[in-house]
Amino acid sequence: MELNKKNKKTRRDFLKLSSAIAGSVAFYSMFKPIESVANRKTDVTEREHWYGFGFDIEKCIGCGLCAKACKIENDVPREPFFFRTWVEQYTIKNGHIIKDENVIVESPNGGIDGFTQSVPDKEIFKSFFVPKTCNHCYKAPCVQVCPVGATFETPDGVVLVDDSYCVGCGYCIQACPYGARYLHPEKKTADKCTFCYHRLKKGLAPACVDVCPTGARMYGDLDDKEGPLVQFIKNHTCRVLKPHLNTKPKLFYNALNEEVR
Amino acid sequence: MPKHILRLIILFVIVIGLFLVARQFLIPESFGEYGHYRANSIEENANHDIKYVDRAECAECHDDIAALKQGGPHKNINCQTCHGPGNLHIEDPTPENIVKETEREFCGRCHNKNAARAKLIKQIDINEHNIESKCIECHNPHEPWN
Repeated sequence: MELNKKNKKTRRDFLKLSSAIAGSVAFYSMFKPIESVANRKTDVTEREHWYGFGFDIEKCIGCGLCAKACKIENDVPREPFFFRTWVEQYTIKNGHIIKDENVIVESPNGGIDGFTQSVPDKEIFKSFFVPKTCNHCYKAPCVQVCPVGATFETPDGVVLVDDSYCVGCGYCIQACPYGARYLHPEKKTADKCTFCYHRLKKGLAPACVDVCPTGARMYGDLDDKEGPLVQFIKNHTCRVLKPHLNTKPKLFYNALNEEVR
Repeated sequence: MPKHILRLIILFVIVIGLFLVARQFLIPESFGEYGHYRANSIEENANHDIKYVDRAECAECHDDIAALKQGGPHKNINCQTCHGPGNLHIEDPTPENIVKETEREFCGRCHNKNAARAKLIKQIDINEHNIESKCIECHNPHEPWN
Protein backbone atom coordinates (compact mmCIF):
# COMPACT_ATOMS: atom_id res chain seq x y z
CA MET A 1 0.00 0.00 0.00
CA GLU A 2 2.75 2.37 1.09
CA LEU A 3 4.78 1.61 -2.05
CA ASN A 4 1.80 2.19 -4.32
CA LYS A 5 1.18 5.56 -2.85
CA LYS A 6 4.79 6.59 -3.42
CA ASN A 7 4.60 5.58 -7.09
CA LYS A 8 1.34 7.33 -7.72
CA LYS A 9 1.58 10.53 -9.75
CA THR A 10 0.21 13.63 -8.14
CA ARG A 11 -2.01 16.08 -9.99
CA ARG A 12 0.94 18.48 -10.03
CA ASP A 13 3.08 15.91 -11.88
CA PHE A 14 0.36 15.33 -14.39
CA LEU A 15 -0.10 19.04 -15.09
CA LYS A 16 3.66 19.56 -15.39
CA LEU A 17 4.04 16.77 -17.89
CA SER A 18 1.06 17.74 -20.00
CA SER A 19 2.04 21.42 -20.16
CA ALA A 20 5.57 20.39 -21.10
CA ILE A 21 4.20 18.30 -23.98
CA ALA A 22 1.79 21.03 -25.07
CA GLY A 23 4.56 23.60 -24.85
CA SER A 24 6.98 21.64 -26.99
CA VAL A 25 4.34 20.87 -29.60
CA ALA A 26 3.49 24.57 -29.78
CA PHE A 27 7.19 25.46 -29.99
CA TYR A 28 7.79 22.93 -32.79
CA SER A 29 4.74 24.03 -34.74
CA MET A 30 6.02 27.60 -34.68
CA PHE A 31 9.16 26.45 -36.46
CA LYS A 32 7.42 24.12 -38.89
CA PRO A 33 6.34 26.83 -41.38
CA ILE A 34 9.75 28.48 -41.23
CA GLU A 35 11.35 25.11 -41.89
CA SER A 36 9.22 24.45 -44.96
CA VAL A 37 9.98 27.88 -46.35
CA ALA A 38 13.68 27.30 -45.74
CA ASN A 39 13.53 23.90 -47.47
CA ARG A 40 11.60 25.23 -50.46
CA LYS A 41 13.82 24.75 -53.45
CA THR A 42 12.30 27.17 -55.89
CA ASP A 43 11.64 30.77 -55.20
CA VAL A 44 11.23 33.61 -57.63
CA THR A 45 14.95 34.32 -57.85
CA GLU A 46 15.88 30.72 -58.65
CA ARG A 47 13.46 29.61 -61.34
CA GLU A 48 14.50 29.95 -64.94
CA HIS A 49 11.05 30.49 -66.46
CA TRP A 50 7.48 30.92 -65.39
CA TYR A 51 5.36 29.89 -68.31
CA GLY A 52 2.03 31.38 -69.26
CA PHE A 53 -0.33 31.56 -72.25
CA GLY A 54 -1.75 34.58 -74.04
CA PHE A 55 -4.81 34.08 -76.27
CA ASP A 56 -6.04 36.85 -78.54
CA ILE A 57 -9.76 36.45 -79.20
CA GLU A 58 -9.63 39.16 -81.86
CA LYS A 59 -7.29 36.99 -83.92
CA CYS A 60 -8.91 33.57 -83.41
CA ILE A 61 -10.68 32.45 -86.59
CA GLY A 62 -12.02 29.17 -85.25
CA CYS A 63 -10.21 26.83 -87.63
CA GLY A 64 -9.86 24.33 -84.80
CA LEU A 65 -6.44 23.19 -85.99
CA CYS A 66 -5.04 23.81 -82.49
CA ALA A 67 -7.45 21.30 -80.98
CA LYS A 68 -6.64 18.83 -83.75
CA ALA A 69 -2.88 19.26 -83.40
CA CYS A 70 -3.14 18.84 -79.63
CA LYS A 71 -4.90 15.50 -79.98
CA ILE A 72 -2.30 14.27 -82.46
CA GLU A 73 0.71 15.53 -80.54
CA ASN A 74 -0.40 14.18 -77.17
CA ASP A 75 -2.25 10.99 -78.20
CA VAL A 76 -5.51 12.26 -76.76
CA PRO A 77 -8.43 9.87 -77.43
CA ARG A 78 -10.20 10.87 -80.62
CA GLU A 79 -13.74 10.63 -79.24
CA PRO A 80 -15.53 13.82 -78.27
CA PHE A 81 -15.40 14.93 -74.63
CA PHE A 82 -11.70 14.19 -74.28
CA PHE A 83 -9.94 17.48 -74.85
CA ARG A 84 -6.80 19.13 -73.65
CA THR A 85 -7.67 22.20 -75.65
CA TRP A 86 -10.81 23.13 -77.54
CA VAL A 87 -12.50 26.14 -79.16
CA GLU A 88 -15.94 27.57 -78.40
CA GLN A 89 -18.00 29.85 -80.60
CA TYR A 90 -19.99 32.42 -78.67
CA THR A 91 -22.90 34.05 -80.48
CA ILE A 92 -24.86 36.85 -78.87
CA LYS A 93 -28.20 37.29 -80.60
CA ASN A 94 -30.01 40.54 -81.21
CA GLY A 95 -32.24 41.55 -78.35
CA HIS A 96 -31.46 42.28 -74.78
CA ILE A 97 -27.74 41.67 -74.31
CA ILE A 98 -28.16 41.07 -70.60
CA LYS A 99 -30.46 38.08 -71.05
CA ASP A 100 -28.74 34.70 -70.91
CA GLU A 101 -30.99 33.10 -73.53
CA ASN A 102 -29.50 35.44 -76.13
CA VAL A 103 -26.07 33.90 -75.66
CA ILE A 104 -25.36 30.71 -77.60
CA VAL A 105 -22.20 28.70 -76.96
CA GLU A 106 -21.23 26.02 -79.45
CA SER A 107 -18.30 23.69 -79.59
CA PRO A 108 -19.08 20.84 -82.00
CA ASN A 109 -16.52 18.13 -81.24
CA GLY A 110 -14.40 20.76 -79.51
CA GLY A 111 -14.06 22.62 -82.79
CA ILE A 112 -11.71 19.97 -84.17
CA ASP A 113 -13.59 19.79 -87.47
CA GLY A 114 -14.02 23.56 -87.70
CA PHE A 115 -17.18 25.60 -87.27
CA THR A 116 -20.22 26.36 -89.38
CA GLN A 117 -22.25 29.38 -88.50
CA SER A 118 -25.60 28.21 -87.08
CA VAL A 119 -27.30 31.56 -86.52
CA PRO A 120 -28.13 33.69 -89.61
CA ASP A 121 -26.22 36.96 -89.94
CA LYS A 122 -29.23 39.22 -89.41
CA GLU A 123 -29.98 37.71 -85.97
CA ILE A 124 -26.43 38.16 -84.70
CA PHE A 125 -25.44 41.02 -82.44
CA LYS A 126 -21.93 39.75 -81.92
CA SER A 127 -20.00 36.51 -82.44
CA PHE A 128 -16.49 35.38 -81.59
CA PHE A 129 -14.34 32.33 -80.93
CA VAL A 130 -12.76 31.53 -77.58
CA PRO A 131 -9.91 29.00 -77.49
CA LYS A 132 -9.71 27.24 -74.16
CA THR A 133 -7.28 25.02 -72.32
CA CYS A 134 -5.87 24.45 -68.84
CA ASN A 135 -5.20 27.81 -67.17
CA HIS A 136 -2.14 26.48 -65.32
CA CYS A 137 -3.36 28.31 -62.22
CA TYR A 138 -0.88 29.59 -59.69
CA LYS A 139 -3.33 28.57 -56.98
CA ALA A 140 -4.67 25.50 -58.73
CA PRO A 141 -7.75 23.91 -57.10
CA CYS A 142 -6.94 20.59 -58.80
CA VAL A 143 -3.54 20.47 -57.09
CA GLN A 144 -5.06 21.28 -53.72
CA VAL A 145 -7.61 18.47 -53.82
CA CYS A 146 -5.37 15.66 -55.09
CA PRO A 147 -5.21 13.16 -52.21
CA VAL A 148 -1.99 11.48 -53.34
CA GLY A 149 0.14 14.28 -54.76
CA ALA A 150 -0.23 13.11 -58.36
CA THR A 151 -0.83 16.56 -59.77
CA PHE A 152 1.38 19.53 -59.08
CA GLU A 153 2.79 22.79 -60.34
CA THR A 154 6.34 22.43 -61.58
CA PRO A 155 8.92 25.02 -60.49
CA ASP A 156 8.50 26.66 -63.93
CA GLY A 157 4.77 27.11 -63.48
CA VAL A 158 3.24 24.24 -65.45
CA VAL A 159 0.52 22.11 -63.85
CA LEU A 160 1.23 18.47 -64.65
CA VAL A 161 -0.21 15.04 -63.86
CA ASP A 162 1.95 12.16 -62.65
CA ASP A 163 0.08 9.37 -64.42
CA SER A 164 2.05 6.61 -62.74
CA TYR A 165 0.96 7.91 -59.33
CA CYS A 166 -2.61 9.05 -60.06
CA VAL A 167 -5.28 6.77 -58.57
CA GLY A 168 -8.02 8.08 -60.88
CA CYS A 169 -10.34 9.28 -58.14
CA GLY A 170 -11.46 12.22 -60.26
CA TYR A 171 -11.47 14.85 -57.51
CA CYS A 172 -9.32 17.14 -59.63
CA ILE A 173 -11.73 16.84 -62.55
CA GLN A 174 -14.54 18.07 -60.34
CA ALA A 175 -12.40 20.74 -58.71
CA CYS A 176 -11.29 22.38 -61.97
CA PRO A 177 -13.58 25.36 -62.55
CA TYR A 178 -12.53 25.52 -66.21
CA GLY A 179 -13.41 21.94 -67.18
CA ALA A 180 -9.87 21.42 -68.40
CA ARG A 181 -9.45 17.86 -67.13
CA TYR A 182 -10.86 14.48 -68.10
CA LEU A 183 -10.40 10.89 -67.06
CA HIS A 184 -8.34 9.10 -69.69
CA PRO A 185 -10.47 6.15 -70.83
CA GLU A 186 -7.53 3.75 -71.25
CA LYS A 187 -5.06 4.86 -68.62
CA LYS A 188 -7.89 5.52 -66.09
CA THR A 189 -5.96 8.48 -64.79
CA ALA A 190 -6.62 12.21 -64.89
CA ASP A 191 -5.31 13.89 -68.00
CA LYS A 192 -4.99 17.49 -69.10
CA CYS A 193 -2.95 20.04 -71.03
CA THR A 194 0.73 19.70 -70.14
CA PHE A 195 1.68 22.98 -71.84
CA CYS A 196 3.40 20.51 -74.20
CA TYR A 197 6.05 20.21 -71.53
CA HIS A 198 7.97 17.72 -73.70
CA ARG A 199 8.16 20.37 -76.43
CA LEU A 200 9.05 23.25 -74.13
CA LYS A 201 12.02 21.30 -72.81
CA LYS A 202 13.23 20.73 -76.37
CA GLY A 203 12.95 24.43 -77.16
CA LEU A 204 9.76 24.14 -79.21
CA ALA A 205 6.44 25.94 -78.81
CA PRO A 206 3.39 23.99 -77.62
CA ALA A 207 1.73 22.25 -80.60
CA CYS A 208 -1.41 24.43 -80.48
CA VAL A 209 0.69 27.60 -80.52
CA ASP A 210 2.92 26.28 -83.28
CA VAL A 211 0.09 25.45 -85.70
CA CYS A 212 -2.09 28.51 -85.02
CA PRO A 213 -2.27 30.23 -88.45
CA THR A 214 -3.08 33.71 -87.13
CA GLY A 215 -0.93 33.89 -84.02
CA ALA A 216 -4.01 34.01 -81.79
CA ARG A 217 -2.25 31.71 -79.38
CA MET A 218 1.03 32.64 -77.82
CA TYR A 219 3.07 31.49 -74.89
CA GLY A 220 5.99 32.91 -73.00
CA ASP A 221 7.81 33.58 -69.79
CA LEU A 222 5.86 35.68 -67.29
CA ASP A 223 9.12 36.56 -65.52
CA ASP A 224 10.61 38.06 -68.68
CA LYS A 225 9.43 41.68 -68.63
CA GLU A 226 10.66 42.33 -72.17
CA GLY A 227 9.33 39.01 -73.48
CA PRO A 228 6.46 38.71 -75.96
CA LEU A 229 3.90 37.46 -73.44
CA VAL A 230 4.43 40.21 -70.89
CA GLN A 231 4.43 42.78 -73.70
CA PHE A 232 1.18 41.27 -75.03
CA ILE A 233 -0.42 41.59 -71.59
CA LYS A 234 0.94 45.12 -71.25
CA ASN A 235 -0.29 46.36 -74.60
CA HIS A 236 -3.74 44.77 -74.55
CA THR A 237 -6.65 44.82 -72.15
CA CYS A 238 -6.16 41.32 -70.85
CA ARG A 239 -8.37 39.38 -68.49
CA VAL A 240 -8.36 35.89 -67.03
CA LEU A 241 -11.32 33.53 -66.77
CA LYS A 242 -13.30 33.54 -63.50
CA PRO A 243 -11.01 35.91 -61.60
CA HIS A 244 -13.39 35.89 -58.60
CA LEU A 245 -12.35 32.31 -57.83
CA ASN A 246 -8.85 33.51 -56.96
CA THR A 247 -7.22 30.64 -58.85
CA LYS A 248 -4.70 33.06 -60.41
CA PRO A 249 -4.71 31.65 -63.95
CA LYS A 250 -1.62 32.04 -66.10
CA LEU A 251 -3.71 32.14 -69.28
CA PHE A 252 -4.47 35.72 -70.35
CA TYR A 253 -7.13 36.67 -72.90
CA ASN A 254 -7.25 39.78 -74.98
CA ALA A 255 -10.78 41.06 -75.78
CA LEU A 256 -12.52 38.64 -73.44
CA ASN A 257 -16.22 39.32 -73.32
CA GLU A 258 -18.28 39.37 -70.15
CA GLU A 259 -20.36 36.45 -71.45
CA VAL A 260 -17.42 34.02 -71.52
CA ARG A 261 -17.41 31.63 -68.59
CA MET B 1 9.25 -1.41 -14.55
CA PRO B 2 6.23 -3.69 -14.50
CA LYS B 3 6.36 -6.49 -17.00
CA HIS B 4 3.19 -5.59 -18.86
CA ILE B 5 4.37 -2.01 -19.43
CA LEU B 6 7.67 -3.29 -20.76
CA ARG B 7 5.85 -5.61 -23.16
CA LEU B 8 3.73 -2.74 -24.35
CA ILE B 9 6.79 -0.55 -24.95
CA ILE B 10 8.51 -3.32 -26.92
CA LEU B 11 5.37 -3.79 -29.01
CA PHE B 12 5.17 -0.06 -29.70
CA VAL B 13 8.81 0.10 -30.74
CA ILE B 14 8.30 -2.81 -33.13
CA VAL B 15 5.16 -1.32 -34.68
CA ILE B 16 6.74 2.12 -35.10
CA GLY B 17 9.87 0.50 -36.49
CA LEU B 18 7.84 -1.49 -39.01
CA PHE B 19 5.96 1.65 -39.97
CA LEU B 20 9.20 3.51 -40.62
CA VAL B 21 10.60 0.63 -42.67
CA ALA B 22 7.38 0.30 -44.69
CA ARG B 23 7.38 4.06 -45.25
CA GLN B 24 10.84 3.86 -46.77
CA PHE B 25 9.58 1.34 -49.31
CA LEU B 26 6.22 2.96 -50.01
CA ILE B 27 7.31 6.54 -50.60
CA PRO B 28 8.55 6.71 -54.17
CA GLU B 29 11.97 7.95 -55.04
CA SER B 30 12.21 11.75 -55.42
CA PHE B 31 8.88 12.37 -53.67
CA GLY B 32 8.97 15.71 -51.90
CA GLU B 33 12.07 17.02 -53.64
CA TYR B 34 10.24 20.14 -54.82
CA GLY B 35 6.88 19.70 -53.11
CA HIS B 36 4.21 17.15 -52.38
CA TYR B 37 4.83 15.16 -55.56
CA ARG B 38 7.32 12.94 -57.34
CA ALA B 39 10.01 15.22 -58.78
CA ASN B 40 10.93 12.53 -61.34
CA SER B 41 7.49 12.97 -62.90
CA ILE B 42 8.65 16.31 -64.34
CA GLU B 43 11.38 14.46 -66.22
CA GLU B 44 8.97 11.75 -67.37
CA ASN B 45 6.54 14.36 -68.69
CA ALA B 46 9.38 16.07 -70.53
CA ASN B 47 10.55 12.83 -72.14
CA HIS B 48 7.56 12.22 -74.41
CA ASP B 49 8.29 12.18 -78.14
CA ILE B 50 7.33 15.11 -80.30
CA LYS B 51 5.25 14.73 -83.45
CA TYR B 52 5.09 18.29 -84.79
CA VAL B 53 8.71 18.99 -85.67
CA ASP B 54 10.60 22.28 -85.60
CA ARG B 55 9.12 24.45 -88.35
CA ALA B 56 12.55 25.25 -89.74
CA GLU B 57 13.14 21.61 -90.69
CA CYS B 58 10.64 21.64 -93.58
CA ALA B 59 12.59 24.28 -95.50
CA GLU B 60 15.76 22.18 -95.43
CA CYS B 61 14.38 20.02 -98.28
CA HIS B 62 11.44 22.09 -99.51
CA ASP B 63 13.30 25.37 -99.87
CA ASP B 64 11.49 26.17 -103.15
CA ILE B 65 8.07 26.04 -101.48
CA ALA B 66 9.33 27.91 -98.43
CA ALA B 67 10.55 30.68 -100.76
CA LEU B 68 7.25 30.71 -102.64
CA LYS B 69 5.31 30.93 -99.37
CA GLN B 70 7.43 33.86 -98.18
CA GLY B 71 5.87 36.10 -100.81
CA GLY B 72 2.25 35.36 -99.97
CA PRO B 73 -0.21 36.00 -97.17
CA HIS B 74 0.35 32.50 -95.78
CA LYS B 75 4.00 33.29 -95.03
CA ASN B 76 3.71 33.06 -91.27
CA ILE B 77 1.77 29.81 -91.25
CA ASN B 78 3.60 26.69 -90.15
CA CYS B 79 3.73 24.03 -92.90
CA GLN B 80 2.38 21.49 -90.40
CA THR B 81 -0.75 23.56 -89.82
CA CYS B 82 -2.08 22.16 -93.10
CA HIS B 83 0.23 19.20 -93.68
CA GLY B 84 -0.03 17.63 -90.23
CA PRO B 85 2.82 16.38 -88.05
CA GLY B 86 6.13 15.91 -89.84
CA ASN B 87 7.91 13.49 -87.52
CA LEU B 88 7.51 10.43 -89.77
CA HIS B 89 8.11 12.41 -92.94
CA ILE B 90 11.50 13.80 -91.88
CA GLU B 91 12.71 10.31 -90.99
CA ASP B 92 11.52 8.76 -94.24
CA PRO B 93 10.36 11.40 -96.73
CA THR B 94 7.62 9.77 -98.79
CA PRO B 95 4.34 11.35 -99.96
CA GLU B 96 2.43 8.73 -97.97
CA ASN B 97 3.37 9.89 -94.51
CA ILE B 98 2.49 13.55 -94.87
CA VAL B 99 -1.02 14.98 -95.12
CA LYS B 100 -2.01 16.67 -98.38
CA GLU B 101 -5.39 18.34 -97.91
CA THR B 102 -7.23 19.01 -101.15
CA GLU B 103 -10.87 19.31 -100.10
CA ARG B 104 -12.90 22.52 -100.07
CA GLU B 105 -13.90 21.89 -96.47
CA PHE B 106 -10.31 22.12 -95.33
CA CYS B 107 -9.81 25.58 -96.86
CA GLY B 108 -13.22 26.43 -95.42
CA ARG B 109 -11.97 25.91 -91.89
CA CYS B 110 -10.35 29.33 -92.15
CA HIS B 111 -12.00 30.87 -95.20
CA ASN B 112 -15.65 29.86 -95.01
CA LYS B 113 -17.87 32.81 -94.17
CA ASN B 114 -18.49 33.08 -90.43
CA ALA B 115 -19.69 36.07 -88.43
CA ALA B 116 -17.17 35.30 -85.69
CA ARG B 117 -14.21 35.24 -88.06
CA ALA B 118 -11.86 38.19 -87.93
CA LYS B 119 -12.48 40.52 -90.88
CA LEU B 120 -8.82 40.42 -91.89
CA ILE B 121 -9.29 36.85 -93.15
CA LYS B 122 -10.56 36.56 -96.73
CA GLN B 123 -13.88 34.77 -96.55
CA ILE B 124 -16.18 33.14 -99.10
CA ASP B 125 -19.29 31.03 -98.75
CA ILE B 126 -18.05 27.56 -99.69
CA ASN B 127 -21.61 26.52 -100.50
CA GLU B 128 -21.85 29.22 -103.19
CA HIS B 129 -18.39 30.14 -104.46
CA ASN B 130 -17.53 28.09 -107.58
CA ILE B 131 -18.91 24.85 -106.11
CA GLU B 132 -17.87 22.66 -109.00
CA SER B 133 -14.12 22.84 -108.46
CA LYS B 134 -11.59 22.42 -105.71
CA CYS B 135 -10.06 25.57 -104.24
CA ILE B 136 -6.54 24.47 -105.16
CA GLU B 137 -7.42 24.32 -108.87
CA CYS B 138 -7.41 28.14 -108.97
CA HIS B 139 -5.58 29.14 -105.78
CA ASN B 140 -2.13 27.85 -104.95
CA PRO B 141 -2.23 27.49 -101.18
CA HIS B 142 1.47 28.36 -100.99
CA GLU B 143 0.86 31.70 -102.68
CA PRO B 144 -2.88 32.40 -102.70
CA TRP B 145 -4.26 35.46 -104.54
CA ASN B 146 -1.00 36.14 -106.34
